[in-house]
Amino acid sequence: MNAQANKPFTVVGERLPRYDGADKVTGKAIFGPDVALPGMLHGFILRSPHAHARILSIDTSRAEALPGVYAVVTAADLPPAESTDHRYAHDNTFAGDKVLYVGHAVAAVAARTPPIAEQAARLIEVEYEVLPAVTDVLEAMRDDAPILHDDMRTHSLAGRGDKPSNVASHFQQLKGDPARGFAEADVIIEREFHTATVHQGYIESHAALATWSDDGVLTVNTTTQGSFAFRDHLVWLLDLPMSKVRVIPTEVGGAFGGKNTSYLEVPAALLARKARRPVKITMPRPDVFLATGPSSGAFFRVKMGATRDGHITAAQAELCYAAGAYPGSPVGSGANVMFGPYVIPHGQVDGYDVVTNGPRVSSYRAPGGTPANFAAETVIDELAEKLGLDPIEFRLRNHAKEGDERIDGGTHGSIGGIEVLEAAQACDHYNAPLSGPNRGRGVAHAAWGNWGGRSSCTLSVNGDGTVSLVTSSVDLSGTRTTIAMQAAEALELPPERIRPSVGDTDNTGYADVSAGSRTTYATGIAAIQAAEDIIVQMEARAAALWDVPAERVTYARGVFASGTDQRFTFAELAEQVTGSGGSVSSIANVDVAEWGAGFSTHIADVEVDPETGKVTLLRYTVVQDVGQAVHPTMVEGQMQGGATQGIGWALYEGYAYNEQGQMLNANFLDYKIPTALDVPMIETVIVEVPYPKHPFGVRGVGEPPIVPPPAAIANAIYRAIDVRPTHLPMTPAHLLEKLGLIES
Amino acid sequence: MTNKTLISATINGEPVEFLCEPHQSLLECLRDILGLTGTKEGCNDGNCGACSVLLDGQLVNSCLVLGVEIQGRAVTTVEGLADWRGLHPIQQAFLEADGFQCGFCTPGILIATKALLDREPDPTEADIRAWLSGNLCRCTGYDKIVRAVQAAACRLYAECEVNV
Repeated sequence: MNAQANKPFTVVGERLPRYDGADKVTGKAIFGPDVALPGMLHGFILRSPHAHARILSIDTSRAEALPGVYAVVTAADLPPAESTDHRYAHDNTFAGDKVLYVGHAVAAVAARTPPIAEQAARLIEVEYEVLPAVTDVLEAMRDDAPILHDDMRTHSLAGRGDKPSNVASHFQQLKGDPARGFAEADVIIEREFHTATVHQGYIESHAALATWSDDGVLTVNTTTQGSFAFRDHLVWLLDLPMSKVRVIPTEVGGAFGGKNTSYLEVPAALLARKARRPVKITMPRPDVFLATGPSSGAFFRVKMGATRDGHITAAQAELCYAAGAYPGSPVGSGANVMFGPYVIPHGQVDGYDVVTNGPRVSSYRAPGGTPANFAAETVIDELAEKLGLDPIEFRLRNHAKEGDERIDGGTHGSIGGIEVLEAAQACDHYNAPLSGPNRGRGVAHAAWGNWGGRSSCTLSVNGDGTVSLVTSSVDLSGTRTTIAMQAAEALELPPERIRPSVGDTDNTGYADVSAGSRTTYATGIAAIQAAEDIIVQMEARAAALWDVPAERVTYARGVFASGTDQRFTFAELAEQVTGSGGSVSSIANVDVAEWGAGFSTHIADVEVDPETGKVTLLRYTVVQDVGQAVHPTMVEGQMQGGATQGIGWALYEGYAYNEQGQMLNANFLDYKIPTALDVPMIETVIVEVPYPKHPFGVRGVGEPPIVPPPAAIANAIYRAIDVRPTHLPMTPAHLLEKLGLIES
Repeated sequence: MTNKTLISATINGEPVEFLCEPHQSLLECLRDILGLTGTKEGCNDGNCGACSVLLDGQLVNSCLVLGVEIQGRAVTTVEGLADWRGLHPIQQAFLEADGFQCGFCTPGILIATKALLDREPDPTEADIRAWLSGNLCRCTGYDKIVRAVQAAACRLYAECEVNV
């Protein structure tokens, strides 16, 4: 890959209209719930009303007898599970011998209309033996906690535990000698933090439409972040050949990690096979909260020490993440975020993945990072305060550089964290006066790792000199445009000559999910490689037409040339070659093993009403290293949108459970996400420290901005009212409790 | 078959007749009977605004209106914004200002914006935020939506340059 990071760009960096924009503003874009087929039936999933119960019996006969019902399926319709992980996936599709959370799928019905399907599902008789439930992570770790999985033993460095436990695993990262590091410290701060389970809160619910051909090919239209990941899930659970499952992604109405995981596709496929008709299932909003994959609630204990001159000597943290019903919380990436930006001479991080009676967690934008950053950056802020240092200055003194060793054993690559902090220090917001009672300004800083992964891009030259671009990377918020812009840049063609689209699992190369801030980055690399190959092929075609050696043909700014007299524009050559010798196309498949981390600093100004505890955001700025902004408007949009999700996490959002493990707020009224009234204009400062291993210097952008908001707001609240929040969300009740005005 | 009612209404300026079951919401009628899938369902309980339409010019959540209630009335959905001349100025403003990301809440926000600008040609940022507080967007953080509404107001009512 040739590093062209200093090359002046003609397309990259422009604020172009989105290729999918017209369809998105006219209602023509087809999202998951919009897909329909003639003769289609409607599916409905019966879910557990209990957080923890043994299933004694399921009787579907009354449902099956209802007129208009075509099929009823349960766990008995799935092929048997062959491994522990397989069984977890199996049981999360339809409960096996136990239900483990309210909303756990038990059975599904396909009927002529949605009301008949729902009515039939209510006729299914399930006999439960209700068991005690546990939803809090610390309670689930107690020796006397109700056990979710009788065969679960804790995996740790010491091996496998000897008694049943809800702690699925314990890992430890250790660097140096923490005891020595703390002994060298002049100031030590140790604090505990609790954070609630939160949901991605995409506005489009899940929806899947399954249909079978009579020769056994399954086609599923669905809203997904990864058509291949969903295909593989269907193959895994239904025991089908990969070539006989086709997943066609729709437009996706928000995902943020929550549509990495398949929920409805297997039930829809089972129903459609049994009914011999297409079956569509759309998930009602309450079920989205109850039965998809939110992000972990967590507990943290953080201890940090520093010298009087402002250098961190040691850091220690314990992270306990609630995984929901089956293991797999993002505690690992939470651990990496914890002290990620800083040089920690002596450090220890212990992570616990704990099952609880809630829905199995999935990814949510920078999985695990936000609550860990809240804990660590609150302690960092307190250390800076105790040392009498400006919070940004303290972070700069301890910031890692390329080549520094991390606690997790890796070393930092090319990072722009210092540049981000310096830009924050210099920005207008940080230097503007803030006066008035009960007002405060806070900052927080974060490192997020990002991702590379597998991507595929196909380019085909058309006879009129336009180029069709197809990727298998689902476009969640504009990546068709950013990928096409990189192809246009590499092809040295105007962007309107490229037409990008998203393919399906039958007609594109394999791609990982559109997640981990990887799509513009990694699929962009595939597009650039395909473009470079197109140029080589076109040069060879020109050489043949001109009867000169291929190396004599040059290409620049859309023109092929040989010597001084032979010249073709891209379009002229395209017209010639597509009419003779076959068309020119190229597919590039990449597995990008290295990527640039994304650093961000957020600045928040708040005002707290000391009587009600209400927090008002007065001003908010996001500073972030994006490597190279391919489309600055969309980069700003990612920074603003990510920050706003983080603001929701900070102030409003959290699953509320009662003692029976019932979620009390499974709707958008009681689970409040930020509205237009809750946030100010979000200011953005784009920092560009090019990532050297991407041809244009691109880094992932989407995830980093969700990480710092809770800590930035908590630190601002402290400056405003002199108490440090320790819980997310930082509700009025939590702040009043901290102020001593109400009892907990 | 349950008792169906024949509904005659005007949708996006055209006369429409359809059979509607008494329990069906206007949202279900639009999407499932009339094929107007531009109007989206986000929550089906009136909290997200993705299903916003105009009913006789008033902004409503179509999930909270019964289909039978639109008898003889006029409904405008996102499909009714653009006409033979092309995109509506509000759509054009959202397109140019990148006032959307995934695009799912966008139809509702466009309709809510039309309702706002029909009554208030020059809304302040606070007016826009208050008016749109019934339309949840999870992608944008609202910044570019607010700017797009301001740009749309300029396009509709003023000769002005808008920087977004």
